[in-house]
Amino acid sequence: MLARLTFMELKLALREVVIPLFVLALPVGLLLGFGFQPGSRHPDAHLGGQTGAEYIAAIGAGVSLAVIGLSVLPTALATYREKGVLRRLATTPVRPAYLLAAQLVLYAAAALFTVGVLVVAGDVLFGTPVPQSFPAFLGALVLGMAALFAIGLLVAAVAPTGKAGQAIGMMLFFPSLFLGGVYIPRETMPAVLRNIGDYSPLGATMKTMRDAWMGTEPRFAQLAIMAGYAVVAGLAATRLFRWE
Amino acid sequence: MVIEVTNLHKRYGGTVAVDDVSFSVERGEIFGVLGPNGAGKTTTVECVVGLRKPDRGTVSVLGLDPRRDRAELNQRVGVQLQQSELPEKMKVAEALALYSSFYREPADWPRLLDELGIAGQANTRFGKLSGGQQQRVSIALALAGNPEIAILDELTTGLDPQARRDTWQLIEQIRDRGVTIVLVTHFMEEAERLCDRIAVIDSGRVAAIDTPAGLVARVDPEQRIRFRPSSALDDRLLKELPEVHTVTRSGTHLTVTGTDGLLQAVSSALARNNVVAADLRVDQTSLDDAFVALTGRPLD
Repeated sequence: MLARLTFMELKLALREVVIPLFVLALPVGLLLGFGFQPGSRHPDAHLGGQTGAEYIAAIGAGVSLAVIGLSVLPTALATYREKGVLRRLATTPVRPAYLLAAQLVLYAAAALFTVGVLVVAGDVLFGTPVPQSFPAFLGALVLGMAALFAIGLLVAAVAPTGKAGQAIGMMLFFPSLFLGGVYIPRETMPAVLRNIGDYSPLGATMKTMRDAWMGTEPRFAQLAIMAGYAVVAGLAATRLFRWE
Repeated sequence: MVIEVTNLHKRYGGTVAVDDVSFSVERGEIFGVLGPNGAGKTTTVECVVGLRKPDRGTVSVLGLDPRRDRAELNQRVGVQLQQSELPEKMKVAEALALYSSFYREPADWPRLLDELGIAGQANTRFGKLSGGQQQRVSIALALAGNPEIAILDELTTGLDPQARRDTWQLIEQIRDRGVTIVLVTHFMEEAERLCDRIAVIDSGRVAAIDTPAGLVARVDPEQRIRFRPSSALDDRLLKELPEVHTVTRSGTHLTVTGTDGLLQAVSSALARNNVVAADLRVDQTSLDDAFVALTGRPLD
């Protein structure tokens, strides 16, 4: 049943042009666009010794997770509640929680797919090696996904309508991108902003992914803060989520 | 009995939504739950299908407890709730295929679409359907599991008169297939036309349960006739009649109210005085009148 619902959600997501565009096409496009610039293969002191292509690949992964967690999930789930889709499901033998699970499965798979494409494309086209500490990379990715998705569920839990979910998500999305170092690399930020950014959900995710990419072990405190976001937002979402 | 509700009580915070509601529904009938908006109809239905937990009272559906045996109940009771849409971009056929896969014994949904007259829309997205077509899809989804009972809440609200009449015909067809139907409505005409029995609900209480004719018969059977006398007529000639209660004039017309046999008494009085009653109209008590008499105010 979960597989059926997930497949249906995939079909519906593909019909929303903006979802595949922002979750997959934009991150990969960023990598291709910047990766082909001259000098993108050389380690850059402004990027903490990382190559431009690696940095952009990490940005792509971060953007994809943030779009899903802070825009797609809260909008979709709050709309489903507003339109009574969850209420209708509650009168059938299938519990509405399955629909929520289907969304999480679908978008976890979508995020993994996008990051996989970024890793492989970076390796093949721009010589950014597959992350050197692969387990640490996977750990950072999974924890970052958990943190951002949980925040998305919390937004969906408190947003009265789909539009409100979208609006609240966007209010979190743009500051997150800034603090995460998407607009300007964290290495060129003032120390205060950099410290705040490193412990923001997206900032911690991107920093730990970049560390793992270069073979540096991610900092434990950052992994812990990501797990913290996931647990706190997840529990709050569970308590506050209304089915109708 | 397929549904038995006894002394149901449900409050939200300080607001009593359902005060004291009891009724039972027999297999194969169309049972109406009639009342104005805010009377507690939807809350009652939500308790019946297990969406809400009653504060007091008991509910039994097909011998099941809607809260404890919800999984089994959801297999055998189809529900169409108010304001339940589908994702805009889901196609009708996709929705039916998905929802019928939830059930042990799914209905033959392509045939269902055919019977509901929306087979032509199978590949149309839900968001592109007209209000009437969306309503039909909702009915189809409520029937997707071949239910023994279908509960339909405010089915025709927002439909144009033609679509409403079509939907009524549809409900009769569903009943003819042996499905028991609970119809929640605030349309008098709908209840009168379709229901075998009606529970009139007002302010969270059951005001009466009866057949439409039975409800009408409970009301004081006052009759009312209205006509234009062909020549001058003294009111007193009519007021003297024992069957007459009141006589009022508006312009050239006279309105006379009274008890049984009013028409005969008035006609013979007019004949004796060589007066002819033109534009004659006889009003009988309607379900609307019954509603006013039972609850003290008109519906809507």
